[in-house]
Amino acid sequence: MRAERLVRPASVVRSPDAPRSPPVTAAPAVVAVQRGERRLRIASLLAFVLLWQLAASLADSRTLPDPIAVLARIGAETAALTLPVHLAVTLGRVAVAFAVAMLVGALVGMAMGRWRQVDAFLDAWLVLGLNIPALVTIILCYVWFGLNDWAAILAVAINKIPTVVVTVREGARAVDAKLLEVARAYRLPWRTTFLRVYLPQLVPYFMAAARSGLSLIWKIVLVVELLGRSEGVGFQLNVLFQFFDITGILAYTLVFAAVVLAAEGWVLRPLERRLTGWRA
Amino acid sequence: MLDIRIDAKRYPDRGGRAHLALSALQMTVRRGEFVCVVGPSGCGKSTLLNIVGGLDRVYAGSVSLDGGIPADTGFMFQEPRLMPWLSVLDNVMLVAHGDERARLRAAAIELLGAMELGDVLDAYPGRLSGGMMRRVALARAFVNEPALLLMDEPFVSLDSPTANRLREMLVAQWRRCGASVLFVTHDLREALALADRVCFLSPAPGRVVLDLVVDLPRPRNPASAQLERLHADLLARHPELLAGLPAAPGDVTEGRPAA
Repeated sequence: MRAERLVRPASVVRSPDAPRSPPVTAAPAVVAVQRGERRLRIASLLAFVLLWQLAASLADSRTLPDPIAVLARIGAETAALTLPVHLAVTLGRVAVAFAVAMLVGALVGMAMGRWRQVDAFLDAWLVLGLNIPALVTIILCYVWFGLNDWAAILAVAINKIPTVVVTVREGARAVDAKLLEVARAYRLPWRTTFLRVYLPQLVPYFMAAARSGLSLIWKIVLVVELLGRSEGVGFQLNVLFQFFDITGILAYTLVFAAVVLAAEGWVLRPLERRLTGWRA
Repeated sequence: MLDIRIDAKRYPDRGGRAHLALSALQMTVRRGEFVCVVGPSGCGKSTLLNIVGGLDRVYAGSVSLDGGIPADTGFMFQEPRLMPWLSVLDNVMLVAHGDERARLRAAAIELLGAMELGDVLDAYPGRLSGGMMRRVALARAFVNEPALLLMDEPFVSLDSPTANRLREMLVAQWRRCGASVLFVTHDLREALALADRVCFLSPAPGRVVLDLVVDLPRPRNPASAQLERLHADLLARHPELLAGLPAAPGDVTEGRPAA
């Protein structure tokens, strides 16, 4: 049947921090299982905090503060507004780099999936882009374009674009020619064909690219900031490192991780559920 | 009137030699006429429809509808080919064209109601049975009240009561909107049950080898004695012609009244 040919691409590597979304409609038995799972998740979180606490009291060292100290630090940094300011700057860069990478990657991926010549022409570039170390692109962008925000965002986007291209190209290759034939037989305008016949087939691939993209981008953004910006979480981590302030480093890390997890859980996953509701 | 004249249609073969699919094929369909095209598999029936429907433009010859290029056509494929991400109603509305969306929507809902799909307007195709999906595809083909309807073995691989029900719906809609129909099938019984006229194609390269007017009153019962007689008579008179067809299409239904 048609629906089964459009299941999520198996070839797409998804990061472990992006679990499958639960089915939209759930039978009572499934709900019970989900509730059990949720309890396990909370238990796992508690176990982590306990282990941390245990290790901290055993080590009794400045280099491994306990959770309470880190929480207190988060409170203090938030009250002093340093943390919110740096966090906002970093998130802004993440958002812009993410948008640019998704847009460019999607366009190139669709073109490469659609036209063999484009694929043949760009394939070597793609392999190069996939394998070039992030650090190299970051250094080169700063050297060539100066120590500014656009160089920073460009460096991040360049790191992400190739993986988006690979995923979207996979989707564009798998597009069902029979459905496009329907569009031609009924002489649909190209805009309608693109938006309502072609693009929906790529949605699972866009979502896969977006999820792996977010986790990759927020890791690279910190490096970019550490190397060449004077604000943002990455810059702040560098300062804290100079002072060997591990409590501060952990405070920033925790908050940043929480924000990214929230974005994944409250934005990306609901969006995916909305867009792929027909599959349930 | 639909005027089809295909001098030659070739496919590049794997070996590099061109495969001649259709050659010197000529046929016409009068306005409002229901014409079935019957022929052995591989004789180029689907190719013919793709050419008439404008999906395949690489051929020598010409196709015209009332003197122009066929523009407003409905097309029904062997598979339902619905968009799985669109609801039943949206699948039909996808191809509907015109300025008054509200009026089109009302017409589509009425059409789907006539196809007994009024309860599943908002369902996604993945939830429907095979027969229901074909009915959506049938509604989609009729929603623009096209001047020409092209059907490529649309009821294949359905159980016979379901297929018969769909044929009834097709005939009802065709009589209501008065479209010319070009219906491809390899099932002679189906052709006799539906058509005003049946064109028989030869094995590839396909051309029309027999043009038969079916003068049976409507509504027709596919299992009626009259139709059965005509079928047997044809097989007796033109054994060579029908050699490529399955000996008894619709074996399953044989001797059983249509539900």
